[in-house]
Amino acid sequence: MSDITLHIDGKEATVPAGTTVLKAAQKIGVSIPTLCHHPKLEDYGGCRLCLVEVESRGRTNYVVSCLYPAETGLVVRTRSEKVDKVRRLIIEELMARAPDAPELVRLAYEYGADRNRFEKEASFCVLCGLCVRYCAEVKQKHAVGFIENGHVREISFIPEIAAKECWDCQECFAICPTSYAQAAYFLTEALAFPGQRKKESAPIGVEGDRMANIPAVPITFVKRPPASERELAG
Amino acid sequence: MPSLQTTAELEELREQIRAARDPSKPCIAVCGGAACDGLDSAAVAAAFAAEIAAQGVAAKVDFRITGCHGYCNKGPNVLVGPGDVCYFEVKPEDVPEVVASAAKGEVVDRLVYRDPATGEKAVHMSEVPFYKHQMRILIGDIPRIDPTRIADYLAVGGYSALAKALSQMTSDQVLQEVKKANLRGRGGGGFPAGLKWETTKNAPEKTKYVIVNGHEGESGAFMDRAMLTGNPHRVLEGLIIGAYAIGAQQGYIYTRHDSPSMARHITAALEQAKELGLLGKNILGSGFDFDVELHFDVGIFVSGESSALMRSIEGNTPEPRPKYIRTSVSGIWDKPSNLNNVETWANVPEIINRGADWFTSIGSEKSKGTKLVSLSGHVVNSGVVEVPMGTPLRTIVFDIGGGVPEGRAPKAIHFGGAMGGSIPISMIDAPLDFDGMAKLGAPIGAGGLLVMDEDTDMIEMARYLLDFLVKESCGKCTPCREGMYQMLKILTNIIEGKGRKFDLERLADLTEVTSLGSLCALGKTSSDPLKSMLRYFKPEFEARIAAGSAAGSEAK
Repeated sequence: MSDITLHIDGKEATVPAGTTVLKAAQKIGVSIPTLCHHPKLEDYGGCRLCLVEVESRGRTNYVVSCLYPAETGLVVRTRSEKVDKVRRLIIEELMARAPDAPELVRLAYEYGADRNRFEKEASFCVLCGLCVRYCAEVKQKHAVGFIENGHVREISFIPEIAAKECWDCQECFAICPTSYAQAAYFLTEALAFPGQRKKESAPIGVEGDRMANIPAVPITFVKRPPASERELAG
Repeated sequence: MPSLQTTAELEELREQIRAARDPSKPCIAVCGGAACDGLDSAAVAAAFAAEIAAQGVAAKVDFRITGCHGYCNKGPNVLVGPGDVCYFEVKPEDVPEVVASAAKGEVVDRLVYRDPATGEKAVHMSEVPFYKHQMRILIGDIPRIDPTRIADYLAVGGYSALAKALSQMTSDQVLQEVKKANLRGRGGGGFPAGLKWETTKNAPEKTKYVIVNGHEGESGAFMDRAMLTGNPHRVLEGLIIGAYAIGAQQGYIYTRHDSPSMARHITAALEQAKELGLLGKNILGSGFDFDVELHFDVGIFVSGESSALMRSIEGNTPEPRPKYIRTSVSGIWDKPSNLNNVETWANVPEIINRGADWFTSIGSEKSKGTKLVSLSGHVVNSGVVEVPMGTPLRTIVFDIGGGVPEGRAPKAIHFGGAMGGSIPISMIDAPLDFDGMAKLGAPIGAGGLLVMDEDTDMIEMARYLLDFLVKESCGKCTPCREGMYQMLKILTNIIEGKGRKFDLERLADLTEVTSLGSLCALGKTSSDPLKSMLRYFKPEFEARIAAGSAAGSEAK
């Protein structure tokens, strides 16, 4: 494929056709904030932090750089009053969810965001979907997924899969911007398969690991009857 | 029925059907549309069937259950042809009289419509105020056909446009005609359908799809359901013609899973069209192959968003995907996919039959043809309305709708459904047209017109619409998921008397960022109702916040 030349913050970038604006910017050392982007994963466009201003054929538009394909002659501005305002608001919105997430705290400082601007309802998850997508796309295990939609959406480990797959992986913990993936996993473990994540060996060789000597037991799940039947029985 | 090999065979069949029917024979049409069904029109229909048998007049009186007649709050609707004698709010006990007089070609005077204002009688459809100010090009046939019988559709001239397109026009000519007609998408955006078709047609991939978006999901929008349930063949004919123009081999009708009559009618229509060879290989001997599948949603509003809809057809979660490459170029399975709304497709057969010049003679300068409107709210007459584009809202609200009930004054008009906007009643002379309405901040959108009387609380209205959208957001992108939720919280606080001075500034920022930064059309337009209310009814918000903080300090 042929190469494309565009301008990002006044700097020229030449990239292969099909490259996103975000990747083009990264290539020439222009930094754009992201929360849901990961080089190993399909571009997602969920957090919207990487929004930039683009000018093409005389028209100004606001697009997310992680998805927008570079085109010849495109003029990109990664900072402007409006871009900063959008990012600031998004950070403020997310801080109502995860007020102390280090990455958000750092971004809030950079963009002058007020962590108390919106009513807090801490869920500690910013729903960037990195854990869900990493598990599906890279590990192909689908041990963690989204449940529900809209503002009640959350990530959820699926005990049947997590019990088998997660004990020696846990790679999503490191890419989670808020540590919520880890919390959600251990909560699932504690509730659904306590002490059963060990199979032959400990996943992480921690000295004094309390679980090290617990023998592996076959995993069984108690099937609960549907709510309607439970009510009848009660 | 045998499979038709040529357009001549289609015309032959049509003549046979027509010859077997006596146009002067009375026919009782009972509305089986959603609203009438809710008023138990099924019991009325059953009473008619039984009564016709009991009186032994089956040879003298025809009977059919049809789709929505339109006058929804006057149901169950009964129409007796020829002459379209209207009976409203018909009860099973009225049935013997209606049957007896229909058999004699008479009218049951006591059941005849009387204008509530003047007391004037209106016997025929063309005299009833609700109907007489309309131009029913798209929905006019609905009371004349049983939607489950293709013969009824053929009798009113159905599939003649398809025959004309296939036998007399090249695919380019069909496309040019639709472009010339300047048919704009009825799904909300008003994008010219012809240009969209052309993009898909010119896209390099050979496999192409055409799709009917029949996913009407918000409160106060019910005209697409009326169209698709009441005359599925009309939409299907438009789709087949579009597929021919574009060069698509496969079509989809995407609709709600929770409308059983609609699903039944579409399924029957597809089966009958296949049986007659109007779908399948070598349609009417033209060499054009095309098939259609019916696809249901999974019960979430965002499924109607074009990219989410296509993900859904692929079998994936209906989550919108970025549209920097248009779905008309890369849609279902990354193939060019042309999506149009039910009403857009339904317009196509008449454009081909009567030509672009006829179509452009109707409507306003930049919006041509007619528009279906779901009329509801604080209005005397509610239902499905069809008027030429450019019709002043006043005509719809007062002449057709009969104004606000019980002598109350109208306050505002909300247009365009959950993502539309509210305008004050002082703007009632605005014409119904894509660009004009968009400029006012009440885009045509989903086509719902809601009348609000003087007692309406606009903040509560904004909260109600947001509450709906918050639940329907897929939750993928931050501005839609979190932004709308924060707006809802702020509005709820204001209503509960806990509003604060900076709330309006927060709302302004949230609406701006949600429309600028959201991923799909749902998010981008989700704050439009609130924006319009802040634009036209800001003093109400300010007063409520001030009253709340005054009450709050008193309490201390």
